Amino acid sequence: MIDILIAILSTIGALAIFFASLGILRMPDFYLRLSVTVKAATMGVGLLLLCAAILFPDISVSTKAIAIIFFLIITSPIAAHMIGRAAYLTGTPLWKGTIIDELAGQYDKETGLLKNEKPSEQKTDSEQPQGQIAESEEETK
Amino acid sequence: MIKQFLMNLLLSFIWVALTGSMYYTNFLFGFLLGFAILWIMSRNDGDRGYFYKVPRIVSFVFYFLFQMIKANVQVAYDVMTPRYFMRPGIVRYPMNAQTEMEINLLSMMISLTPGTLILDISEDRKTMYIHVMYLNDPKKFVQETKTGLERRLLEALR
Repeated sequence: MIDILIAILSTIGALAIFFASLGILRMPDFYLRLSVTVKAATMGVGLLLLCAAILFPDISVSTKAIAIIFFLIITSPIAAHMIGRAAYLTGTPLWKGTIIDELAGQYDKETGLLKNEKPSEQKTDSEQPQGQIAESEEETK
Repeated sequence: MIKQFLMNLLLSFIWVALTGSMYYTNFLFGFLLGFAILWIMSRNDGDRGYFYKVPRIVSFVFYFLFQMIKANVQVAYDVMTPRYFMRPGIVRYPMNAQTEMEINLLSMMISLTPGTLILDISEDRKTMYIHVMYLNDPKKFVQETKTGLERRLLEALR
C-alpha cells in the first residue's frame, strides 16, 4: 500500500521535473520559461521530498523533509517574482503571440517605481507603449 | 480563537504522550480528537469562530492542491505537444486583500499555480500585475480568480 503510494508520487514528481526541463527548451520567451520552470520544479522536488518523508520511518528525516518543503514553497514564488520583475524592468521582450500587456508604460523610467492606478488616465496611456513592444519583439525573433 | 488553537494543540500532545507513538498520523488523529472534544465542549457563541475556520482552511488547502495539479497537467500537455496552445498576456488585477499577510499569501498562491506569475504590485498595494499563460479574456480571468482563489483565501483568513 505504502509502496504503491510512494511509486505514484515519485513518478509524478520526476515527470514534473522532466516537463520543467523540457519547458526551458521549448518555450518561446523568457516569461513563459520562468513560469513553466519554477512551479513544475517546486512541485517535483516537493513530491520527491514527500516520498522521502513517507519512506523513512525515522521521525528526524520526516521533519527535515517537511521543513525543506515548507521553505521551498515560501521562497520559490519570491524568487520568481524578483526575476520576472527585473526582466520586465530591463526590457526583456515578450513573445509575439502575447495578446495583451497592461503593464506597459506603468513604470516610472528613472526610479523604477510602479505608478498607482488611475483608470481615467490609464486608458489613453496604454495604447502607445503596446505598439512599441510589439515592434521590438520582431527584431529579437 | 488563538486560545482554542493552543488548547487543541495541548490536547493532541496529551494524546501523543498517552498513546506513546510520536508519529505524525497519530498526532493528526489526536488533533482531530481534540477538535471534536472542544467543539462539543464550547458553549458561548464567541468561541465558535474557530470551529468554522479550521474546516475552511483545510478545504482551501485541498482546493489549492487540486487547482495546482489541474494547471500542471495543462502546462505539461502544452510542453509535450508540438503546437503552442497558449495565449500569454499581462493582466492588471485589482486585489481585495488589504493587510500585508493577505497580500503575501495571495501572491504566493497565484505564483505557485502554473501558468500565472506575479510581475509586480503597485505602490499603493491595490493592483497586481500578473503574467498569465492561458488568457482567453482578461476580464473573465480576473473574475474567475476573484470568485475562486481570492474569495476562498480571504474566507479562510478572516
